[in-house]
Amino acid sequence: MDSPYTTVIGLEVHVQLATNSKLFCGCSTQFGAEPNTQTCPVCIGLPGSLPVMNRLAYELSLKTAVALNCEIPEFTKWDRKQYFYPDLPKGYQISQFDLPMSSGGFLEIHDTKDQFEPKRIRITRAHLEEDAGKSVHDEVAGKADSEIDLNRTGTPLLEIVSEPDMRSSAEARAFLDELKLLLLYIGVSDCNMQEGSLRVDANVNLHLETDEGKIATPIVEIKNMNSFRAVERALDYEAARQYRVWQETGQKIGESPKQTRGWDDAEGITLGQRSKEESSDYRYFPDPDLAPVTASPERVHEVKAGLCELPASLRSRLLSEHGLSLYDADVLVNQGRAVVDYFLEVAKQSGDSKSACNWVTQEILRILKDREISIGDFSVSATHLADLLLAVKEEKLPKSRAKDALELMDAKNIEVAEAIEQLGIEQVDESALMTLCQELLDANPKIVADVQAGKQQAVGALIGQAKKKNPNVDPGQVRKICLELAQKD
Amino acid sequence: MALTRKDVEKVSLLARLRLSEAELETLSSELAQIISYIDLLGEVDTEGVEPMAHAVEVSNVFATDEVKPSLDREQALANAPSSNGRGYLVPPVLGS
Repeated sequence: MDSPYTTVIGLEVHVQLATNSKLFCGCSTQFGAEPNTQTCPVCIGLPGSLPVMNRLAYELSLKTAVALNCEIPEFTKWDRKQYFYPDLPKGYQISQFDLPMSSGGFLEIHDTKDQFEPKRIRITRAHLEEDAGKSVHDEVAGKADSEIDLNRTGTPLLEIVSEPDMRSSAEARAFLDELKLLLLYIGVSDCNMQEGSLRVDANVNLHLETDEGKIATPIVEIKNMNSFRAVERALDYEAARQYRVWQETGQKIGESPKQTRGWDDAEGITLGQRSKEESSDYRYFPDPDLAPVTASPERVHEVKAGLCELPASLRSRLLSEHGLSLYDADVLVNQGRAVVDYFLEVAKQSGDSKSACNWVTQEILRILKDREISIGDFSVSATHLADLLLAVKEEKLPKSRAKDALELMDAKNIEVAEAIEQLGIEQVDESALMTLCQELLDANPKIVADVQAGKQQAVGALIGQAKKKNPNVDPGQVRKICLELAQKD
Repeated sequence: MALTRKDVEKVSLLARLRLSEAELETLSSELAQIISYIDLLGEVDTEGVEPMAHAVEVSNVFATDEVKPSLDREQALANAPSSNGRGYLVPPVLGS
């Protein structure tokens, strides 16, 4: 890599926690309701209302922070972050400032395409806060008023902030993929980006080696990225843009205020947003309406002990105990725990991890994808797939017919033995196969001549004919025998 | 801590209040008095006293994650200076 600069990236991820009700009141968090039908005096900030923290929201935050290897302080509190914006009815957001519920964690990332070495991305902090509402109308639509929907207001969010430890868009993508997978495994969020359950902002600047020593360009925060792909594209665009601007202006970090730019996905560019010169003055102070929360080391230990096996550990187990490649392990783990369990069961019962992996990652995943179903809705159980693998191994089922057998097992909900029977599969013995091949050669003298002239591929035409005469023949064997016999003539 | 006229201008901007010259004058002196009153607290000897984040000694107050009825939309929008029966209407927020 001979880039004239190093890209330095830190990410801020907002994750909607999987609660039924909001962070400080009983309003539903269900997505897609009619505007302003899920609000109450607490979340729209009417005088005299009192917020009380949702226990599940705190517990999901704690679980996530522990899974991200964070330190959990014994004492945490909530603060008011004051700013005026139409989607923030109280005039402040309840968030966490100087005593967040967690800090100092990490997440390990890797790349199956070997674009970068495995590395550890440090997590600065993860804190629990409430969401704001949203403008329904396009704000730029002109002079018309904006319509505000406060259904989202007060929805619990966990803000996860990384250190600026990523050096490319590929690393940022890997961080987001791994984080999302982790969140899905521990079941704290549905991570649905379309519904706003997972939102990403990126901070990026460049480090350059110049004649005057190392310098850095001003930091830019990119917002409005609606997919992980958009994050990658925005980062690539922004790095190149910053280099161009630096070449033109020579402007360094500290010489201009931090800028916020919005990603325009259709145009593929970032656009400067109006800088809010004074907006960084949020005048945080502890929210007097909310009691602080304490977490004993024993409690944290309990949460840690109660965590399920995390994707990273599962992946390394598939490598070490089942001899899978990192690529295959990734494919399986990325499908979620249910698919991994299915694979583990097939591997155990068939005693053949390699075949089990091939079948699950190729055939089974293809079927699930085609039919848009999950593994739980697939009719062939792990045990029955293992039986199929064993039948192939014991040569009761030719490899070439195994997919047919699987299809039949799935369609008719039967076991492999019955599928073999219904397909009329019988082992074709060697002498019957020889006879069949000889007949075909006798009937096709031109092919024989071609083969003898060195055109081995001519024999391909005979394989189809052989299968027509007896669907149980093994194409590989037919090819081999035909070639031998033809050259003997 | 003396409060300056500049502080008042900044706070009024943050609060999105447009104050006249005369109001700025009055508020500067009134706010300065309020702040200096709070400065009385500085006279208390807090040597060796642990800072507290909260006025009451209560922690871990939680509610169960249970959906309760929300306000009717009509009620929710009742106090809005302007609405269209579906949402709150506000002057357009400036874009870029």
